[in-house]
Amino acid sequence: MSALLLSIALVFAELSFLAVGGANTLVPEMQRQMQAQGWMQPAEFAALFALAQAAPGPNMLVVTLVGWRLAGWGGAGLATAAFVAPAGVLAYAVSRAWERFRDARWRKVAQASLTPITVGLVMAAAVLLCEAAALDLRLLLVAGVVAGIMLATKLHPLWLLGAGAGLGAAGWL
Amino acid sequence: MTQDASPPGRWELFRGFFAVGILGFGGVLPLARRMSVDQKRWLSPAAFTDLLALCQFLPGANIVNLAVSLGGRYHGPAGALAAVAGLLAAPIGVVIALGALYGRFADVPMVAHGVQGLAAAASGLVLATALRIAGPLRRKPRGIAVALLAFAAIALLRWPLLPVLAVLLPVSLLVHRRAA
Repeated sequence: MSALLLSIALVFAELSFLAVGGANTLVPEMQRQMQAQGWMQPAEFAALFALAQAAPGPNMLVVTLVGWRLAGWGGAGLATAAFVAPAGVLAYAVSRAWERFRDARWRKVAQASLTPITVGLVMAAAVLLCEAAALDLRLLLVAGVVAGIMLATKLHPLWLLGAGAGLGAAGWL
Repeated sequence: MTQDASPPGRWELFRGFFAVGILGFGGVLPLARRMSVDQKRWLSPAAFTDLLALCQFLPGANIVNLAVSLGGRYHGPAGALAAVAGLLAAPIGVVIALGALYGRFADVPMVAHGVQGLAAAASGLVLATALRIAGPLRRKPRGIAVALLAFAAIALLRWPLLPVLAVLLPVSLLVHRRAA
């Protein structure tokens, strides 16, 4: 295995265990790792993240896309497997025991403790992505308006992504 | 747990999660619920909620954990693999096709500007998610404090996630120990 593939596997396996509140909480760490490894700049990461958002399926797909960008199909497969397998094995092992703890007090304490960390991390993800993607006032306005519409209406997010891409392609941003 | 239908086979697990993957634009969990609870009746609503709580509690992508535990419940490791493969097969193909197109045409100004607009909109979606999940913390000063610490360490100080979690998880457990 080449050195690049090995680092891809290690980076994404570590990320797998750090994803305490779903894939969004990982965005800042992924962005940081990409830069620390010299793999890509925040703006390119933000573009790949956006492409992954526009595709169907779970939002962890940015992992696959980053792996593909770095090392083609092998990188895509390896990054995905390294990200899915460790947490997957853990989920497999634990899910059978879980039902016994349905009403356990520590489950509620753990949940109450994880939620605010998730909130802080997703907020950090939002700010860092805006910083990387909303390079000028108009783009920042797009991000703000999209967030506002998402919170105020039940519009499907795909429409908003399409509108952003359309405005950009039309040369209005 | 009430189960109206007979347990699904591996191929059925693959197909069920394949539909969730390929139709799941911007949020897969509601679709996974509709498929496994309302349509296929593999799980009762209560069992789904319980399983989801576990998947959100464990590290990793929630929906992948859900596929693993649901597939594993019926067919062990092979069932888990079938469910995850079904979930990811189509989206992986689509996302790589998008990436290849972008890589090929990134120099075309219209594509470059379109992706800029797309990225700005995507960051807005994450901002909306952050604000929505922050809502329930409003009257919880300890929760707000922990959230602010996490935000500051990651977004302002740019510290790596591992040490931040190693410190913040115990701190959060300590301040929330009477939460239940």
